[in-house]
Amino acid sequence: MPTKRDRNEKDSTSKKRRKKTRKNREIIISIYMFVFLFVGMIGYLCHFVNTSGQEMINYSFNKRQQILTSKNSRGTIYSSDGEIVAESLLSEDGKETRIYPYDNLFSHTVGFSTKGRTGIEAMANSYLINAHVSLTEKVENEVSGQKNHGDNVYSTLRTDLQQIASKALGVSKGAIIVSEVKTGRVLAMVSKPDFNPNTIVQDWNGYVKDEKNSVLLNRATQGIYPPGSTFKIITSLAYIRQHPTDFSQYAFTCNGHFTHGQDKINCYHGTVHGGVDLAESFAKSCNASFANIGIGLPRDQFGKMLQELGFGQNLPLNMNYSVSNLSVDGATSDEDMIQISIGQGKAQITPILLHLITNSIAGNGKVMKPMFMDKVLSEDGAIVKQFKPELYKTLMTEEESRVLRELMTGVVENGTGKRLRGLSYTAAGKTGSAEYNHVKEDSHAWFTGFAPAEEPEISVTIIVEGIGSGGDYAVPIAKRIFDGYFGTN
Amino acid sequence: MQHYIVELSKYAIAFIMCLYTFESFFVFRHDNELDRTGSYIRQCIYMFLITLLSFASLTLQRGEIEYIFFFAFLEIALFSVIVLFSMIYPLCNRLLVNHMCMLLSIGFIMIARLDFSKAIKQFVIVAVSLVIALIVPFFVHNLRFLKHLWFLYATIGIGGLGAVLLAGQVTHGSKIFYSIQGVTIQPSEFIKIIYAFLIASLLYKSTKITQVLLSAFLAAIHVLILVASRDLGSAVIFFIGYLFVLFIASRNYLYLFSGIGIGSIAAVVSYYLFSHVQVRVQAFLDPFAAIDKEGYQITQSLFAIGTGSWFGMGLNRGTPNDIPYVLSDFMFSAVAEEMGVIFAICMILVCLSCFVMMMTIALSLQERFYQLIAVGLGVIYIFQIFLTIGGGIKFIPMTGVTLPLVSYGGSSVLSTLLMFSVVQGLYIVRKDEQKQEEEEELEEEEFLYANKKRQKRKRLNF
Repeated sequence: MPTKRDRNEKDSTSKKRRKKTRKNREIIISIYMFVFLFVGMIGYLCHFVNTSGQEMINYSFNKRQQILTSKNSRGTIYSSDGEIVAESLLSEDGKETRIYPYDNLFSHTVGFSTKGRTGIEAMANSYLINAHVSLTEKVENEVSGQKNHGDNVYSTLRTDLQQIASKALGVSKGAIIVSEVKTGRVLAMVSKPDFNPNTIVQDWNGYVKDEKNSVLLNRATQGIYPPGSTFKIITSLAYIRQHPTDFSQYAFTCNGHFTHGQDKINCYHGTVHGGVDLAESFAKSCNASFANIGIGLPRDQFGKMLQELGFGQNLPLNMNYSVSNLSVDGATSDEDMIQISIGQGKAQITPILLHLITNSIAGNGKVMKPMFMDKVLSEDGAIVKQFKPELYKTLMTEEESRVLRELMTGVVENGTGKRLRGLSYTAAGKTGSAEYNHVKEDSHAWFTGFAPAEEPEISVTIIVEGIGSGGDYAVPIAKRIFDGYFGTN
Repeated sequence: MQHYIVELSKYAIAFIMCLYTFESFFVFRHDNELDRTGSYIRQCIYMFLITLLSFASLTLQRGEIEYIFFFAFLEIALFSVIVLFSMIYPLCNRLLVNHMCMLLSIGFIMIARLDFSKAIKQFVIVAVSLVIALIVPFFVHNLRFLKHLWFLYATIGIGGLGAVLLAGQVTHGSKIFYSIQGVTIQPSEFIKIIYAFLIASLLYKSTKITQVLLSAFLAAIHVLILVASRDLGSAVIFFIGYLFVLFIASRNYLYLFSGIGIGSIAAVVSYYLFSHVQVRVQAFLDPFAAIDKEGYQITQSLFAIGTGSWFGMGLNRGTPNDIPYVLSDFMFSAVAEEMGVIFAICMILVCLSCFVMMMTIALSLQERFYQLIAVGLGVIYIFQIFLTIGGGIKFIPMTGVTLPLVSYGGSSVLSTLLMFSVVQGLYIVRKDEQKQEEEEELEEEEFLYANKKRQKRKRLNF
């Protein structure tokens, strides 16, 4: 039989134990809290190194670039079809010369690294100046005082399409962007007038002085133009949002002009389109009808939509670009609204922004980030970085994009884009003839569109400065590019 | 040959550091200190190899023999510490001793690489500090009346911080340092330890509302003086330290959550009140927008880490000196740049292991007062690391505190060494407690055994 003392002892020890476990819990919880905090912090650090570590090298405030360039020679840039578009030649004494075998062809897109850095040369800089060669090679090079071969960048650009686009633009000023709808891969990007990056250092001062031609400007991303009738895509989208169920019932009688109080605008060349619905207004690019639509749009909402589409916003681009400034709100006057809805007046846009909007129409509302780099390989062929397509934004619903695709198909089938009709592939798009001064004959020729119309693969956006109507001058260029892409020459 | 050593040592150092870190968590598989001896010895070897390779690489590249001498002195000092600690205090926690020496080694490698003359200065301070650190555990262990001195702690703490506020040196708008006859000290570093004693002495007996209010009041005075001195980093550390000790002493989640709530509100209010807080937050949100001004420091730190990447640029091959205040506030970024992010992550884990060890010691202490000190010091230590590293990698806004034991700075390194040795003292207290318990149990058993025998005898007699 246990004595009283025994029982007391047993009680007290079990009490002690209970007390101890209770006492411990808060300390253990505190340990877990801090461990959790640190796991988060280490995770963040790994994420940072993995995703943006390389980018850090590219900032001009980071002086570590010089360390890398003194140790490594600059890597080669290839087109996606395996052609060298930029490479560094080393002389006996280790001096580097950057060579651009295609001269003017890639002047703005691949850019140069000899007088500052532009284009892919700028965005891929951190990869090009790093060298992931094997350890033994690194040491061998260091012993013999040679530079390591920098990593090589494979771009998404295709030399064939770039050549077609460049030739098609000819001596005209303007810009062309060609990209894959589903991935955002940029296949060609041309801006004219172009220059020879091999001689940029010598030619620099001449280009800087030549303000009339702005040779160094990459018109595809930096050129700001009146969108003209291509803007009717946006006006239509606003109208569809305003009348989601009955937009197809829209009717208007065009007598070649539209008057609202003091303000009057004309259709292109004063053409009288007669009774039109939305699809016909769009296909025939009837200014009067779109002015009529524009004046009835709720302006605050319209302004908000413009922002969502990218007006006044930054774009997902790693190269120099301009922001397309256009803002509309309740205070916008009727006169301005009429002009804006047909892409004139205060409306302005860069080709790249228009191209992104077209891509979203072709891509069921989704637009991918424009990709210029496909992968980075070390000189030994090991993969350093593989870039993957990335969604940028959803600009509209699938239904809205489907309606707009139908409207754009109509342009080719029975409107201003008929030069793309009856080919082995189907195409869709919108033309524009943007007047840029008050002498009525001068207009920029626009076309933005995609092919095939039903299942879009490739999209193009074209502007030719001061040449005439989009249907006559921009659409044939689109045809040559589509022909090149689908191999139907 | 020289190039091979320099290039290979980069990878070797990262690899050995991984082994070291692995061992520091691997030891926990044994409960018994004795079984852990193998791990501890391996850790010492790894530590030696890392320091050797680093200094070899530095010497080869700089071609200056001083680095060899420095290395020799450093190793002698660290070796003596490791041996003396285990000789004087056979019951000491050797993992903490190893970690302490490891972090000191990393610090010396980087300081020597950045500024050799400062490394010598730091070495003298560390040598003296280590001697002090060797004595401290004895006092903690034997002076049991320390728990009654809360009034003294409060006076020293508030007086010390107040003196800096009133008569401190102004550097970049904040008053952190105090100059006595050419020697610059940072009192908040030492008051951290006294502060941990203060809170523990107030809360160990009871957490009745009066005690809580008194402790909250005294803690608040500390924090507010620091805020007024614009030493935001220390203010946050003191605040968090108090919060967790209170939480563990009271076992009341309400205190913890309301404390975090009050802290958050205070942070928001200070954002609107103080322009220097706004500047820090702006630099955190978008450092690249102000890359040449407020964001300069943090972007340079990010450049360093990003350029260094996983394996680093190699010692002496980066430009960590581009980061302003790299020696005190951005040592982590310098380590990450040249020794690599893998190495840097291992270093974080070593710090975390120190914290877990301190808290484990707290966990096993029977004496409430000692337990709360261990908790307070542990939390203060780990939160400071969180602030400095988190700030350097843009995980949180920058506060400008040192990385304990690694950063350059006498006050910081001395106070951290004191902190570690106080914890050592506590650990020895725990060992004693255990011994006592075992003896008591033994006595108890003997008593029971004797009782039984007596009863048996009684029964036999009947």
